[in-house]
Amino acid sequence: MKVSLLVTCLGDALFPDVGVATVRLLRRLGVAVDFPEAQTCCGQPHFNSGYHDDARELARHTLRTFDNGQTVVVPSGSCAAMIKLEYPHLFHDDPVWRLRAEDMARRTHELSDFLVNVLGVEDVGARYEGKVTYHMACHLRGLGLLTEPERLLTRVKGLEYIKLERADECCGFGGSFSVRYPNISGAMVQDKAALIEKAGVSAVVATDAGCLMNIAGCLRRRGSSVRTLHLAQVLEKT
Amino acid sequence: MNTYARHEHHDFLNAAQQALADPPLQEALVRLTSTLMAGNRRGYAALADSDALRSHAKRIKEHTLAHLDRYLEQLEAAVQKNGGHVHWASNAEEARQIVLDIARKTNTRRIVKSKSMTSEEIHLNPALEAAGIEVTETDFGEFIIQLAGERPSHLVAPAVHHTRESIARILSKYSGETLPDEAPALAKAGRRLLREKFRQADMGISGVNFAVAETGTIVLISNEGNIRMTTTCPRIHVALMGIEKVLPRWIDLPVFLKLLARAATGQALSVYTTLLTGPRRPGETDGPEEFHLVLLDNGRSRVLATPFRESLQCIRCGACLNACPVYRRIGGHAYGGVYSGPIGSILTPLYDSVADHPHLPHASSLCGACQAACPVKINIPHMLIGLRELQTHEKSKGRWEKWAYHLSAAVLRRPWLYRLALRCARLVLRPLAHEGWLRRLPGPGAAWTTVRDFPAPASRAFREQWRQLR
Repeated sequence: MKVSLLVTCLGDALFPDVGVATVRLLRRLGVAVDFPEAQTCCGQPHFNSGYHDDARELARHTLRTFDNGQTVVVPSGSCAAMIKLEYPHLFHDDPVWRLRAEDMARRTHELSDFLVNVLGVEDVGARYEGKVTYHMACHLRGLGLLTEPERLLTRVKGLEYIKLERADECCGFGGSFSVRYPNISGAMVQDKAALIEKAGVSAVVATDAGCLMNIAGCLRRRGSSVRTLHLAQVLEKT
Repeated sequence: MNTYARHEHHDFLNAAQQALADPPLQEALVRLTSTLMAGNRRGYAALADSDALRSHAKRIKEHTLAHLDRYLEQLEAAVQKNGGHVHWASNAEEARQIVLDIARKTNTRRIVKSKSMTSEEIHLNPALEAAGIEVTETDFGEFIIQLAGERPSHLVAPAVHHTRESIARILSKYSGETLPDEAPALAKAGRRLLREKFRQADMGISGVNFAVAETGTIVLISNEGNIRMTTTCPRIHVALMGIEKVLPRWIDLPVFLKLLARAATGQALSVYTTLLTGPRRPGETDGPEEFHLVLLDNGRSRVLATPFRESLQCIRCGACLNACPVYRRIGGHAYGGVYSGPIGSILTPLYDSVADHPHLPHASSLCGACQAACPVKINIPHMLIGLRELQTHEKSKGRWEKWAYHLSAAVLRRPWLYRLALRCARLVLRPLAHEGWLRRLPGPGAAWTTVRDFPAPASRAFREQWRQLR
């Protein structure tokens, strides 16, 4: 099987290790990976802030970039949700682009969705020593991926899984929300960080760069020793 | 002037900050919303297939809204056939005038009210009081905030911002006795004080949870029993409903009864479900002599013709407030409208003006917890984004913001420019970083670093590592 990796702009610029881990993990599972180098940003920031013409421009660019008919794997629920749920909506009155958007929406999978529901694997043969908890990114709720990351994590050898209290509550990132309302967003991420610390773990896992940079940034500011990891970084380890 | 919002110039940022810095409020909000949200989840889980039932409820609402004219006329005819009167109000002022006219004609001096957000929406109480009529809210929470001169801060728990202690203070002051800050004693005092009001009232005013077009029945749900007293003790009953509350058939009602209380509190049914079909009939021993139904538009038919029509499916259960991590931290008053929380962030700008409420559509991380909790699955995040889109066409929208988004889009759809921007960001930010993290971001990003560090761009982006990976 061959897939195209959509590494996401945050992943590309801020967390390249996540992309590297995703590639290694997929290859270990016998999946060939290519990286269309014209990819930039899916346009979600523009869409969410109401700049829909700009979002359509970026959506067209992404649709052209991934026009090879291959399955697209995204190590981010938020960017996957943008493509799967919002692209068809953005082009609802454009007969040509709507078809292309619907086609890409069908082909695109968030990483845990791809592993569990496309490859049909839950035990990816990973080993990670330590107590780990998991924060559910909000867009996984929108995609209906309520259990997939947990199912993958609990099959990792050596990993002691600790359930996070209020795991599905937003960490307060929300893109522009975190900059527009730092106090509200800050109160949310402080609560999240406190619950993570209370869980007594060495690492917290999430599936999205947005959550990771928010939670990690807060944990760092609090002087906490808990590490933040992307799901791919745990699953890649053997 | 549109009276939809509470204040003409509401300071959202300041109000939110005040709420965040109010520990007793924070505690009360967490306690209430956690309890109700646990109820919401438990309530849905107890149904055989809550997902299918919620979809069914949504379809009923979609159908009803698509044929609203027909069902409202059917409702009117059925209510009249049952001996009731129907009044059509196109806006808040007309609705207030209708109620005042009924009060005048029936020589009403005292009114008891059950909890009704629609009456809050039309600012009914001040108008009645200005006409020299005594109005008493009979829902315990509403009674407290009426005495305190406040407005509800939650759709179903209007006095959530109060504590036992503050309630004891308010009730003691009103009754002239010293009441202990214990829930049973306070409830008992409330019951005693309100019982007298029920006995004396000429008119009872209620809202409407559902109105069945087929039978002309209005349906009210409550937990305190005050709605039964309000609608049966006084000689006049006036029910006030938004036109979107109509349901086509009797058989549609159980779908919503199964969902409303579960969504709101987790109860299978609320303690009281009151079905009223017309005033007292010959031979009956209780019920009002006159029944009036006021059908309120107040912007609803305008919204019906927009992409925001889905907001008219709301049954006012409050589940989106309880689910919302933003509401849970800033409380209802911060929103500055009659309706608060996620649904309020849609209704207030939509019915009042988008330009006057620049913050509300943005006061959400778009986490989608509201939609997941909603009994009719309203896509609230989508509508918030829709309102943000309307804002981008407003002149008042900051010019720098528009430029920033247009410019970034222009960069991002040209891979070579994107790569260049990546390198520039790295060049500027990496020297400021410590162990790969920034304690202070320049420019608008500074807001981020007030509460948390920001990751510096990696020394080599993924695309720069790809060649070796290949």
